[in-house]
Amino acid sequence: MTTITAQHIEPAAVTPKPTVTSIVRDYFARIRGGDLGALPAVLGLVVLCVFFGIMRPAFFSAGNFANLFTQGAAVAVIAMGLIFVLLLGEIDLSAGFASGVCAAVLAQLVSIHGYPWYMAVIAALVTGVVIGTVLGFLVAKVGIPSFVVTLAAFLAFQGTVLLLIKGGTNVSIGDEVIVAIENRNLPPWLGWLLVLLIAGGYAVVQLMSLRRRQQRNLVTEPVLVVLGRIAGLALILALAVYFLNIERSVNPAFNSLKGVPIVVPIIAVLLIVWTFVLRRTAYGRHIYAVGGNREAARRAGINVDRIRISVFMICSFMAAIGGIIAASRARSVDPNTGGSSVLLYAVGAAVIGGTSLFGGKGRVLDAVLGGAVIAVIDNGMGLMNLSSGQKFVFTGSVLLLAAGVDALSRRRAAATGIR
Amino acid sequence: MTPLLEARGIVKRFGPVQVLQDVDFSVPPGEVTALVGDNGAGKSTLVKCISGIYPSDEGEFLFEGNPVHIHGPRDAATLGIEVVYQDLALCDNLDIVQNMFLGREKRSGLVLDEPTMEQMAAETLAGLSVRTVKSLRQLVASLSGGQRQTVAIAKAVLWNSKLVILDEPTAALGVAQTAQVLELVRRLADHGLAVVLISHNMNDVFAVSDNIAALYLGRMVAQVRTTDVTHAQVVELITAGRSGNLGTPPAENGAELMEPTIPGAKE
Repeated sequence: MTTITAQHIEPAAVTPKPTVTSIVRDYFARIRGGDLGALPAVLGLVVLCVFFGIMRPAFFSAGNFANLFTQGAAVAVIAMGLIFVLLLGEIDLSAGFASGVCAAVLAQLVSIHGYPWYMAVIAALVTGVVIGTVLGFLVAKVGIPSFVVTLAAFLAFQGTVLLLIKGGTNVSIGDEVIVAIENRNLPPWLGWLLVLLIAGGYAVVQLMSLRRRQQRNLVTEPVLVVLGRIAGLALILALAVYFLNIERSVNPAFNSLKGVPIVVPIIAVLLIVWTFVLRRTAYGRHIYAVGGNREAARRAGINVDRIRISVFMICSFMAAIGGIIAASRARSVDPNTGGSSVLLYAVGAAVIGGTSLFGGKGRVLDAVLGGAVIAVIDNGMGLMNLSSGQKFVFTGSVLLLAAGVDALSRRRAAATGIR
Repeated sequence: MTPLLEARGIVKRFGPVQVLQDVDFSVPPGEVTALVGDNGAGKSTLVKCISGIYPSDEGEFLFEGNPVHIHGPRDAATLGIEVVYQDLALCDNLDIVQNMFLGREKRSGLVLDEPTMEQMAAETLAGLSVRTVKSLRQLVASLSGGQRQTVAIAKAVLWNSKLVILDEPTAALGVAQTAQVLELVRRLADHGLAVVLISHNMNDVFAVSDNIAALYLGRMVAQVRTTDVTHAQVVELITAGRSGNLGTPPAENGAELMEPTIPGAKE
């Protein structure tokens, strides 16, 4: 028998401690390898903003900056939910009209039957969860492809909205609380307090994690990089709040209009909660695992069916929130709520943000980044007085470009072995 | 030395096809037992019976001398039996630590306890003297075939397992990577684990194994010390079921036995 001796007994998996330069180098290596991450969305955002800013100086006005948030909110929230479904390599084409159905339920209860706003909101959210459960059950247990299930649901929900609001009338929403979501602002001091809370919380989490890793002698990032990240976030938040706190009313004495729109902290909370779920809990880890290799997940003892049903529940739940936001913005619900381009914008937002249509790759933040790109395009083209036809063609092209970038970077990643 | 795992008179039928006939198999601790046999000889079925994926129709298993009933993969895992399948079952989009703990994540409260997991993974890999991976936070997609095999084996070892079954671990690997994986297999046994190595490659078998168990048409024809047999004898055992005075006597090795053991032959 040949004996094989262990010649190299040395501590395993020793990683050279990363330095600032090695991190920068690794980042560029990843980009070249096809792992673009958020780069296309951030670059796209910068290019589009500069372009629209030059063409229409009004684009950079404080009022328009606030508009971007309220215009993009519903799509970004629906996209957040879609990301969970996309992570499994599935699709939910009905998310747009699911948000419409939930908005119609809300409008029915609050405007026609006179329920208090919180009852109506709870009913809308429950409607979303029920829709998701049914869709997930049909996909996971019955085994119908999600494309077909949600395409059928897309049609059916379109009809449901019509039925709920009695054949196409416009149900206006007068409830102050619901209207406030998209049409009222936080007092400026509260905006600053939120910046402090979020940036401070992020700093505490990051530094504590750094310390725990140092205590255990694990590989840690340089302190400078961690501090830089914290400072970067604080700076972005502070700038955003600064601009949102500028007076945007034409006649401040008559009707002052300044502060962070109420929908912004709502999006921030959703972003933090879902990011926590995806990155820090076993459930989130299992979603990635099922999206990456379903068979491996099954063998690891993960209940794959339960994961698949649950992501559809999350998606429709988020669609319900998106529907409430859309209803608040329009101060009404009509047969087109959640219809026309809402779903495509939401899928586009997720993909532009860097979530893969092939499953296994994506972050909740992608929805916000991609949603911002979509909002900028929509808003900028509106300012340039382009026709609807031109808008649709342009937005479609951007979506195609994003999906193309995803497919190409995936091919490149497969070739270099990184993903 | 009492074997860690002893299978006695295992019978497994799929309908009319008898895939395993009265198989005896013993796996001593601290040694590598090579399980050899031609395609369809019943190697995978035997492994699946041990790991609880298939229930065996007859026979019994003794684990550390005590009779045990293995009704599912969970039972096998509780006993300390881990199987590394040929397709490895790793998620490309997760990193090494995430893969090693998949489905059995360490938590503190609701939150994943990443530092503990990373530390345990590092210790396990260090214990196996693995020096081929650059970072524990590397995605599995970026690993070579040999490195993936290493991660899959380390995943199996992580849980204080006592018996590790490896299904063709070197089948898809190049020369250098094969050497690395075989080195690792040897080290597992040197650490006191019982290792079952399924392989078609005689060089691998003779390089690392202490025992060779040969299956032929659903029967265990011989279980011998590797030092007592030659290359050619093992090949004969695999292809003909006997070699000299090893293996089944010619009378039992008749053609009538061959038919029912070839899957699909009766249809």
